[in-house]
Amino acid sequence: MSAAATRASSGLQVRDLTVTYPGRPPVEAVRGVSLEIARGEIVALLGPSGCGKSSLLSAVVGVVPPSAGEIWWDGEDLTRVPVHRRSFGMVFQDGQLFPHRTVAGNIAFGLEMARAPRAAREARVAALLETVGLAGLGERAVSELSGGQRQRVALARSLAPSPRLLALDEPLSSLDADLRARLGEEVRQILRATGTTGLLVTHDAEEAAAIADRVLRMADGRLV
Amino acid sequence: MTPAPASARLWWALAGVPLLFLGTFFLWPAATVLWRGLVGDDAGVGPGAGLAEAWAVLASSRTLRAIATTAWLALAGTAGSLVLGLPAAWALSRFSWRGSRTVRALVTVPFVLPTIVVAAAFSALFAASGILGGLGLDQSPVAIVLALVFFNVSVVVRIVGGAWEALPPGRSLAARTLGASRWRAFVHTTLPALRPAIASSAAVVFLFCSTSFALVLTLGGTRVRTIETEIWIQVNQFLDLRAAAVLALVQVAFVGLALWVSSRASHARAAAGVATARRRGPRGRERWAVAAALLPTLALLALPIAALVERSLRVVGGYGLDHYRALLVPPARTALPVPVWEAAVNSLVTALIATAMATVVGLVTAQLLAARSRRAGVLESLVMLPLGVSAVVVGLGLLLTLNRAVLGVDLRGSWWLVPIAQAVVALPLMVRALVPAARAIDPRLRAAAATLGASPWRTWWQVDARLLRAPAGASIAFAFAISMGEFGATVFVARPDRPTLTTAISRLLSRPGLDNAGMAFAAAVLLAALTAAVMLLSERLRTTVGAEL
Repeated sequence: MSAAATRASSGLQVRDLTVTYPGRPPVEAVRGVSLEIARGEIVALLGPSGCGKSSLLSAVVGVVPPSAGEIWWDGEDLTRVPVHRRSFGMVFQDGQLFPHRTVAGNIAFGLEMARAPRAAREARVAALLETVGLAGLGERAVSELSGGQRQRVALARSLAPSPRLLALDEPLSSLDADLRARLGEEVRQILRATGTTGLLVTHDAEEAAAIADRVLRMADGRLV
Repeated sequence: MTPAPASARLWWALAGVPLLFLGTFFLWPAATVLWRGLVGDDAGVGPGAGLAEAWAVLASSRTLRAIATTAWLALAGTAGSLVLGLPAAWALSRFSWRGSRTVRALVTVPFVLPTIVVAAAFSALFAASGILGGLGLDQSPVAIVLALVFFNVSVVVRIVGGAWEALPPGRSLAARTLGASRWRAFVHTTLPALRPAIASSAAVVFLFCSTSFALVLTLGGTRVRTIETEIWIQVNQFLDLRAAAVLALVQVAFVGLALWVSSRASHARAAAGVATARRRGPRGRERWAVAAALLPTLALLALPIAALVERSLRVVGGYGLDHYRALLVPPARTALPVPVWEAAVNSLVTALIATAMATVVGLVTAQLLAARSRRAGVLESLVMLPLGVSAVVVGLGLLLTLNRAVLGVDLRGSWWLVPIAQAVVALPLMVRALVPAARAIDPRLRAAAATLGASPWRTWWQVDARLLRAPAGASIAFAFAISMGEFGATVFVARPDRPTLTTAISRLLSRPGLDNAGMAFAAAVLLAALTAAVMLLSERLRTTVGAEL
């Protein structure tokens, strides 16, 4: 760990991050966690539900504001940068696909936000559909997809704007065991192929081992 | 999840929209009415003298009789709605047959009709020249109670029927296997499970019955007076605003009590689940029971409407469209200063403006209420408040406070007060229709948009605005229908020379002469058709939403 700290400044650095939810009494979900992820590395946060791993992930992405601590990327302080300017992607547990958009429309969303020209957008969507094994299904409504297909779309959607870091929040836990094993391997290959840095949250040790290069265990808001 | 400080500031900035609107057009007027009711408006008289004066109004036999009438009319209306509604709820929630969908739709029709239309329909039914004129029920409390039941039977069917459908059939079957007869199984398992829904529907019906101004004003004539019509008489005939304010205080207290009971009853209702029981065709003797359960309700719903249409078409020596043609020309004598078509145009214009106001305030409010929090809870109860205060009090408040220059804008006698009053009445209903849809949007969907690079504004546009488009359309149509049919508040602020369709119908009904009545009935048919069309559109929009989410 100390060797990594001196190397510093490339990839993600989280310093003494604390996440507190208001209430009586306030709930301290993450208690001063520090971690580093090198560029291109895939790290899994493994722990039982309620250990704070999802809160940590959400704070890194910027969906939840931390109550203390810092988040850096390549020597740039992102702690106060809003979610949409961090260029950190996220795959949610149950996909969270836009119900009013087609498969292609979902994948194109991030490209539209980045104001990519139409031709480039279409080419990228087609390529990503190919990557996640859904070629030709672009015009489908997302309600017509199976659970596995939805998670593939969610993955393609979050990869489309080429995020620096991809956060995966229990991306496979809503799928059956068979599919989970197969898709886990695919996710790893896709992240590898695109050179994306990954931070995976899961409660499944096998899944963590299958996808990640390095596994960090978390319990009661701290890394153990 | 904690909102960032910036978004908290934005929340409060946006909350300014409903707060300013309701503060100016509802809280201030309503508070003024209540204050004048308590203390009086004479600065010279001390508060003690004001209270004594209020007490004198309150203790007068006229007031006491109005309170008693309000209470027992509401009780009788509630009892009648339950007596007709419970069997109908049973038949419609347990069985299906060819045409049962139509019956189900028919039963919900009355609730969307403007009160003044129902008043006109019952007046057409029981007037001396009506189908049931021979019964001599014109201007009788019985006619009013029947009209109240007409209106509220659908509430009972909807609330109790919904709970009945959600009952797991296993429970009553379990009782049967333990040796209970059909009847005992019903009494010991079904009825206790339905009790919260029945209590809740009774409370809601009681609330509606105690705020049915148009029905009592039209059908009660000079003999039956409730608190609300008494307010109207004090304002219009005796020009006694003080007495009206005291009565408004009584009305608010009365409705407050009904609401309190209703909220206690509906707490227990939250347990209702999803529909589990399958409806099936009635067998053997069940057919007779289903028929017996539905026929009284259907007769009560069909007869007044048939009478209304019949009377609107009846002319001397037969049937014709004369009354409808008469809507296009100025009325003969002093009945109405403008032709009815002009009143209809007024109605459309004011309802459009009211809808625009309610839409702006309602959409902003629904957004603010989308995420549950304590401040959202406070805002929600504030926005719902006009629903808990009778429309008559809203109208009286606007009349007492805004009928003068405000901030340099002279609102005196201005027709702007009409759309404002309608918007205040429509707003809570609109918000109530919209908030569940706004809450159904998973906050993580917005988070997903943000992680894909969408700014908060673009997130709102790409997620909220897109997903709420259909429910917003439905609630806007709903607000328009409410505004078109609004009477209780409108009648206080509409100028006599600029009537709306509802005030024109009321005025025509109160004048003698068969021609005036015929025109009123034709106008009521017109208004009913307009509102029904808009409500149908609203319903259509609402159902497309369900498919989307």
